[in-house]
Amino acid sequence: MEDDAPVIYGLEFQARALTAQTAETDAIRFLVGTQSLKFDNQIHIIDFDDENNIINKNVLLHQAGEIWHIGASPADKAVLTTCYNKSESYCFLLSLAPLSASLFIIDSRVVSCAAVWRMPSDWETGSHESPDDTAHNPQILELLCHLDDSAHGNAACVLWEPMGDGKRVISLADNHALLWDLQESSTQATVSSTATLEGKGQLKFTSGKWSPHHNCSQLATANDTAIRGWDLRTMSQIYCIENAHGQLVHDCKVKFWDVRNVQEPVKTLEEHSHWVWSVRYNHSHDQLVLTASSDSRLILSNMVSISSDEGEDNHQDDKAKEPLKDSVVSTYEEHEDSVYAAEWSSADPWLFASLSYDGRLVINRVPRALKYRILL
Amino acid sequence: MDGEADGTVGMSEDCGPGRRRRVHGMLKLYYGLNEEGKAAEEPESLDPCDINGPHFDPELYLNKLRRECSLAELMDQETCMVKQIRSLDSDMQTLVYENYNKFISATDTIRKMKNDFKKMEDEMDCLSANMAAITEFSASISGTLQDQHTQITKLSGVHTLLRKLQFLFELPARLNKCLELQAYAQAVSSHRRARCVLQQYSHLPSFKGIQDDCHAIMDKLAQELRQKFRDGGSSAKDLSECVELLLQLDEPAEELCDKFLSHARSRLESDLQGLEAEIRPYPSASAVKDASARRLSSTTGAGSLTNNSPKTNTLPSPTSNTDILEFIDRGCNEFVSSLCLVITSYQELFINHAQTGELASKNIPQMANAKLHVFVDDLAARYFSLVERRIQEEKGVGDNSLLVRALDRFHRRLQAVAKLLPGSTVPNKGTEIVIRAATERVKQYLSALQSFYMDSLTDVRQALATPRLSVAGASVAGGGSLLGGPASGRDAPTSLPELLSSLSASILNQIKSVLASVHLFTAKDITFSNKPYFKGEFCSQGVRESLVVSFIKFVCQSSRQFCESAGDKGGSTPPALLLLLSRLCLDYETSTISYILTLTDEQFLVQVQGLIISQMLRKSVETRDWVNTIEPRNVRAVMKRVVEDTTSIDVQVGLLYEEGVRKAHSSDSSKRTFSVYSSSRQQARYAASYTPSAPMDTNLLSNIHKLFSERIDIFSSVEFNKVSVMTGIIKISLKTFLECVRLRTFGRYGLQQIQVDCHYLQMYLWRFVSDENLVHFLLDEIVGSSAHRCLDPAPMEQSVIEVICERG
Repeated sequence: MEDDAPVIYGLEFQARALTAQTAETDAIRFLVGTQSLKFDNQIHIIDFDDENNIINKNVLLHQAGEIWHIGASPADKAVLTTCYNKSESYCFLLSLAPLSASLFIIDSRVVSCAAVWRMPSDWETGSHESPDDTAHNPQILELLCHLDDSAHGNAACVLWEPMGDGKRVISLADNHALLWDLQESSTQATVSSTATLEGKGQLKFTSGKWSPHHNCSQLATANDTAIRGWDLRTMSQIYCIENAHGQLVHDCKVKFWDVRNVQEPVKTLEEHSHWVWSVRYNHSHDQLVLTASSDSRLILSNMVSISSDEGEDNHQDDKAKEPLKDSVVSTYEEHEDSVYAAEWSSADPWLFASLSYDGRLVINRVPRALKYRILL
Repeated sequence: MDGEADGTVGMSEDCGPGRRRRVHGMLKLYYGLNEEGKAAEEPESLDPCDINGPHFDPELYLNKLRRECSLAELMDQETCMVKQIRSLDSDMQTLVYENYNKFISATDTIRKMKNDFKKMEDEMDCLSANMAAITEFSASISGTLQDQHTQITKLSGVHTLLRKLQFLFELPARLNKCLELQAYAQAVSSHRRARCVLQQYSHLPSFKGIQDDCHAIMDKLAQELRQKFRDGGSSAKDLSECVELLLQLDEPAEELCDKFLSHARSRLESDLQGLEAEIRPYPSASAVKDASARRLSSTTGAGSLTNNSPKTNTLPSPTSNTDILEFIDRGCNEFVSSLCLVITSYQELFINHAQTGELASKNIPQMANAKLHVFVDDLAARYFSLVERRIQEEKGVGDNSLLVRALDRFHRRLQAVAKLLPGSTVPNKGTEIVIRAATERVKQYLSALQSFYMDSLTDVRQALATPRLSVAGASVAGGGSLLGGPASGRDAPTSLPELLSSLSASILNQIKSVLASVHLFTAKDITFSNKPYFKGEFCSQGVRESLVVSFIKFVCQSSRQFCESAGDKGGSTPPALLLLLSRLCLDYETSTISYILTLTDEQFLVQVQGLIISQMLRKSVETRDWVNTIEPRNVRAVMKRVVEDTTSIDVQVGLLYEEGVRKAHSSDSSKRTFSVYSSSRQQARYAASYTPSAPMDTNLLSNIHKLFSERIDIFSSVEFNKVSVMTGIIKISLKTFLECVRLRTFGRYGLQQIQVDCHYLQMYLWRFVSDENLVHFLLDEIVGSSAHRCLDPAPMEQSVIEVICERG
């Protein structure tokens, strides 16, 4: 059984931010945010035509700054959030210029912000008529509201409530986790509760994920080498895994934890040879795990032993078959630079995209043999 | 114009040598076109001047010729055309003549056929008349013979009936006589012949009487046969006859099988009990040592089978135990051989015989076969469990050959069973036992090796620790670095190589001896070594994977533990030990197995070292506000520190590893000097080839990708030499640097600082690595990435950078 070849799409800019359009369940669609300090940044809407193996792209301008993180609303296809950097420059007079003849110094500052945006309603129709035109005159995102609170520092990422109605988001800013309520069709955002990370030194959230279980009342965050779980109802910490990963720099491992017992990881994968930047479970078959690494590789693993599928009734006849073992399904080497993001499609559970820093987006599928193995 | 040219060429060629063929072609063309030309025009022949085309217009052609040709040419044309016309005419005549001839001969043939057919018709009529006469005659003959024929048939029927009746009336007497003479076979066959007839006419009193008589007699006979069968003492031939007759008498075959098997079972059980008795009072593993001595004593006892078991029971001393070879021998001679006998006779009786007779229809062979399988499996399982128990007691690591020989014999005898009973699982199970025993043995070796290794490792650690303590006081000042500092570097050379050589030599010896004894398993004269398992899987899986590999894994694991503790506690384990361990791995690689196993381990060492430097670099990048940094004046201290550490690692690694191969440098004249500062001026010249000013444009990355279209693998495997190890460390460090840079945003001076730092690294790092292009590439990437991430990318002058770096 021949598997389809990967489909590759190249962006003009460097990029780190990738997400599937969560609310879209018919078309296979990914959103990519670019990073450029010199040019206007863009959001590429990548449509993948599964039958013809063709990619259609649409470009929206994101003039606010370079995009570090992107998230699509689970309820409204047109709404998305970005975390972006913007640099502010201003001049001021120095009374004592140290060692410099000039009395004016241009000082600039980089701040990270987060905002909710709406895509223009006609982005799709415009593209089909003249695809070349949109590349030259891209449409602009409509700003719905800022998710900024001057008291709470730089935003690292914004998380939508999974499977929610698109009204609640969490933003991680420095050492705060802010839970926002979006009102008036997302044009107004108010902080409903906050949690603060306290401890020695400058603690900073680097990443987080909203747990889809327990009625979406849990949040997991990462700061430095520690992983913390939060209860969103009380905004208090419920568990903490100190030193989850190597203390030195990063290690190259993927660890699977059981939050009921945080002493030891359930499983550890050591397939990558450099840092792992992104790990994603498949939405429907959680034994399939995608890992993206700066060794320029994307690895698809089949972690049967920790799958929630196990023991279910409809899988009883599986026992007759030779049981699948935890294994690496395949390694994708289409990237030539560090892969910072990988995402499963929200429309087709067997399809995923990965994005490397040089702006290369690769769309791959789960090998057919494995797919049938899991399905049948 | 083209058309005309074609035409003239065509005509001039007509006069050439290939003319005849061409003329035919032209004729064909001519006729064809005459037919088709009206209906379908062909585009290529539209030219009216084409003399061969369907649209040829003589008027036009002529005019054209007249217009364009000179007189001489016209004359030539004319003669040529006349010639052509003439040849065409003659061709046409020939064709017409040929056609006429063929027509005439066809008419002749048809006339002749007509005559012949008339003659044939007459003959056929005559034939059919004759046939009718013959049919009539034959019908009359059969009519006259009919009566006589029926009479004869009737008479003969009566005769046979009478014969049968006579046979029936005589039957009881005859059966009795047979019984007396013990001619069972004859009796059974006679009875069988009469049985169904008697059954059919049993409503007539006279027949009923006969039938009852017969039954009585046959019952008696069956009784006698059963008795005979039960006695069992009779010869195999008698037995088979018995069974055959019983089967013919509709005796239930299943019952017979069961009886037969239970009979055999009791005999085999006694054998098994004998064997079991030998295992039971087994003392401890220590008995293996004087196995040979005991063998003599026990062979004498093994002669009498039944008396032996009580004897062993009464003597619980170690000497009463046979060694494993002895044990297996006995098992084979008694149990397996009698099992074989049973199988053969059983098959002879129930399966082969039944297949020939009408019994086959009753599924008896299958039933009997299944029973036999159950029987054999059951007994064999018991036997195997005994054997296994016995093998498990063979705990000692000592002499392996005895075990191997025993297993060999065991396996060989089971082959006989396999031949007798093709579908049986017995030989497979036997092979499994052999395999299990082998893997068990391998495991034992492994644990022995591991404990040996741990012991020797503690020795080494102690040895390392002692000189360390003596210089500890002196090295307080300089030895603070994570890598143990120069102090450990100084005293290491005296002890390390010696320790290494002694450690590796002793471990190597140990492994060699173990491998030698494991090798016995695969010796050529051992039957099971030919099994596919032992050919392939055992060598790779058993020996390589579970023995050597897991030993090495163990070594790796322990070294990894050291590594990790090194990371956590900040260098409580001397890197010297790490080095030593990695070198050890290398030694195994060369002496035993493929290198893939150890590569991962070596890579780990590189990662640990690389991580230390990486962390420094990362912290340096992350903790700084790159946007608002001041104009660079110096190389940052971190970079100096990185170079220093790299140098010290280089020294340490150099103690244990060979130099390794590097790609040609721009110059090799300057060999390494360990002082960074003295060599800096020397090296600067060569480092000048690195020019970071070029990649400042925005398309940098794509340019680089074009230039380096082959992907530089940051994490390619590490080889075992100094250069490769150092390359690995530096690659990891620089990659970390790159990733960190990409996460930041830079101001103008931030970029310039990175430029300076990279240039500085470039000056010193290139000489550690195998391929300086690699360092160039990574540093280019770093500078390029920071330029990309720079708000105001204004690179620093190359000369200024050089000056700053020279200043140090």
